[in-house]
Amino acid sequence: MFLAKVIGTVWATRKDEQLHSFKMQFIQPINSHKKNVGTPIVAVDTVGAGVGETVFYITAAEAVIPLPVDMAPVDASIVGIVDRIDIQ
Amino acid sequence: MILGKVVGTVWATRKDENLVGLSLQIVKHIDLDYKLKDQFVVAVDTVQAGVGDVVLVATGSSARQTVQTKNKPVDAVIMAVVDKLDVSE
Repeated sequence: MFLAKVIGTVWATRKDEQLHSFKMQFIQPINSHKKNVGTPIVAVDTVGAGVGETVFYITAAEAVIPLPVDMAPVDASIVGIVDRIDIQ
Repeated sequence: MILGKVVGTVWATRKDENLVGLSLQIVKHIDLDYKLKDQFVVAVDTVQAGVGDVVLVATGSSARQTVQTKNKPVDAVIMAVVDKLDVSE
């Protein structure tokens, strides 16, 4: 799992038929000090995260598991919204 | 998923027989203000994207999770044509 900040939304009507009810968000991966690392990617939002929120997401084929379909071409999905990060 | 733009097509007659009938498009990564980046990927097109379309590409084994690419040697698939991007940063 990785941390990221939601920075935008992607609207797409023409897409794989399994994806019709999912919201796709732009996320910028960040480290635990909330600094940007790497380039933004697009992830399916399964928890209703809003733009500006800090979230954590999963990648690869496991990204399909939180979705209510058994098969979908998705390689990243947001699975949680972060309330607070405590680090020493 | 990666944000990209379809910049071309790959035609190959001698290939793995599982790939027969699949359209192979060249997709260049783009950044949030649509500027082309150097990286690109050859992806199977399952949504009839045309050259110049802004698309989303799923890579890795997730790319095999569509009806057309199930159990085929495919690690990148165009799974959406983007209508609109809202970016606030």
